[in-house]
Amino acid sequence: MSATVNNHQPRSAQEIRRVVTSYLGWTACAVALLLVIGPLLDIVGVVAVNGLSAFSYKLFTTTGTGTSGGLLNAIEGTFIITLGAMCFAIPIGVGAGIYLSEYGNNKLGNTIRFLSDVLTGTPSIVLGYFSYVVFVITLGWKFSVLAAAITIAILIVPYLARITELALRQVPVSMREAGFALGASEPAVVFKIILPGASSGVITGALLALAISVGETAPLIYTAGWSSSLWRGHLTHEPIGYLTYVIWTAFQQPTSEAHALAFASAFLVMLVVLAINIGVRLTVRRTKFV
Amino acid sequence: MKIRPFRLSMLALSLLIPAALGAVVLFLLIFAGPALGFNGLDFFSQINWNFGDFDNDPVLTRGVMVPDGASYGILVFIVGTLLSSGIAILIAVPLSIGAAICLAEAIPVVERHLPHWCPPLRPVLSMLVELVAVVPSIIFGLWGIWVLIPIIGHLTPTGNGYGLLAASVVLALMITPIIATTLLDALMQVPKENRESAFALGATHFEVVSKAMLPMVRATLIGGIVLALGRALGETMAVAMVSGGGFNILPTSLFSPISTIASFIVTNLDSAEGDPTNMAIRSLAEVALMLFIITLAVNAAAKLLTSGALNVRNRK
Repeated sequence: MSATVNNHQPRSAQEIRRVVTSYLGWTACAVALLLVIGPLLDIVGVVAVNGLSAFSYKLFTTTGTGTSGGLLNAIEGTFIITLGAMCFAIPIGVGAGIYLSEYGNNKLGNTIRFLSDVLTGTPSIVLGYFSYVVFVITLGWKFSVLAAAITIAILIVPYLARITELALRQVPVSMREAGFALGASEPAVVFKIILPGASSGVITGALLALAISVGETAPLIYTAGWSSSLWRGHLTHEPIGYLTYVIWTAFQQPTSEAHALAFASAFLVMLVVLAINIGVRLTVRRTKFV
Repeated sequence: MKIRPFRLSMLALSLLIPAALGAVVLFLLIFAGPALGFNGLDFFSQINWNFGDFDNDPVLTRGVMVPDGASYGILVFIVGTLLSSGIAILIAVPLSIGAAICLAEAIPVVERHLPHWCPPLRPVLSMLVELVAVVPSIIFGLWGIWVLIPIIGHLTPTGNGYGLLAASVVLALMITPIIATTLLDALMQVPKENRESAFALGATHFEVVSKAMLPMVRATLIGGIVLALGRALGETMAVAMVSGGGFNILPTSLFSPISTIASFIVTNLDSAEGDPTNMAIRSLAEVALMLFIITLAVNAAAKLLTSGALNVRNRK
């Protein structure tokens, strides 16, 4: 593996020891890399094989209880919760990103940035419990779409703000100056010059946030609840199903039907998450986002 | 001073982030208030968590109405959290150091010997390592139950794989990419001069990496490890699925069932909802608050460690 070693003959015992140590070291490193990547490939393989074999036409056309039946209500629920969360999170996250990048080079900006990092590091179950306490119990919304969407929104806003800020900062200052020189107002410069210039970065952020919200479970269990039927359109007082719940609950059941359902659901979640993340990484070359 | 409505509205939007954080802390604190008074300091030192008897009438204990026999102690969960995260770090650190070294130094050498039609290895491999970090927790849990638990089951006398070791291994896999990518970035920033002078002194390639480059990125490595620790402490679903849900008993071996603070919250809110006095839910809020404070402390430590040492030290 090391070209420098192969070129000359070892002479003393000490030199042999060093060369052998090097080879052992490289081997250990290669094994470590395999042990990191191997499980990922195994996860993808196991979930894909078991998930695809559980696919059927009925899976996507009928509703289910989470342990039997179809996944239609779960797919619909995940879609609605994610959509709702994005509706809250995108204006706030992008707005916060605009402030941090354009006007945030001061103490206040640094404080917001720090607290945003703190929110990113907060375990999602803590956010879930907060929403349970505030929305589900205190405000009396019960398990509901709104409680779930707000929880997920709180979870993804800091990511969106961070990525938007990074994207906007990559737009050259001269573009802003050119805009102002033409007499454009601040909102016009931001919305007509800077945001379009950084749109790919902002879209990347929104997609990554989407991947996070599709894969989350812990904050939803006690905010969304579970419903075995399709959503009837109430924002509060009506629980809703979602895909990750199926994985969580099906494995507490002994039946193989429940396990097959869990794998099918896991495959759908994994497909969305990996497709978004691979797509983003292939199009946006090596940008430090997350 | 001129009022700028646009600037102010953007500021208002960005202030929602600190507001949300403040609301989380404030409402958890308010809600947990009665539990804070009821549990006192025994909360941290007591092994037993008992919801009490919901069917009997609540009784007056220490001035508050609670279910008969209710007592709340989280020592078991604190121990479970620290042990599982600690073992996970012990597994993850060598793995991520090895993987990062491999990606930074060995793969480019391998690439030079590959035929032209071969796609570049390093971007693909480092993308795979990054992708480990985005796999949802619940899918790690699923894989843990399906693949890992049977393997660990073969090692135990009882044949039951659920427990501390399973939780630690799953956590280790989840946090490895965090350390590995941090370290990889730091290794790539080590000045060329330092590498070359080590080579010039006659060091083997591996000695260059281990004796000249690794010591330079030590501070970043420690920051990455603490960051990963913060993630491991708060990890919920995967741990809840493979940890065996140990309750009221301290772990005695690698295979003992455990609960972490996070997994305990998610698996026990169902039971807590049955409590007519709400004290169980309030005590769980106190648990959530504890978890928040612990992860906050760890993340702040990571921030301090990395901010002072983000740039590789140039020894001149």
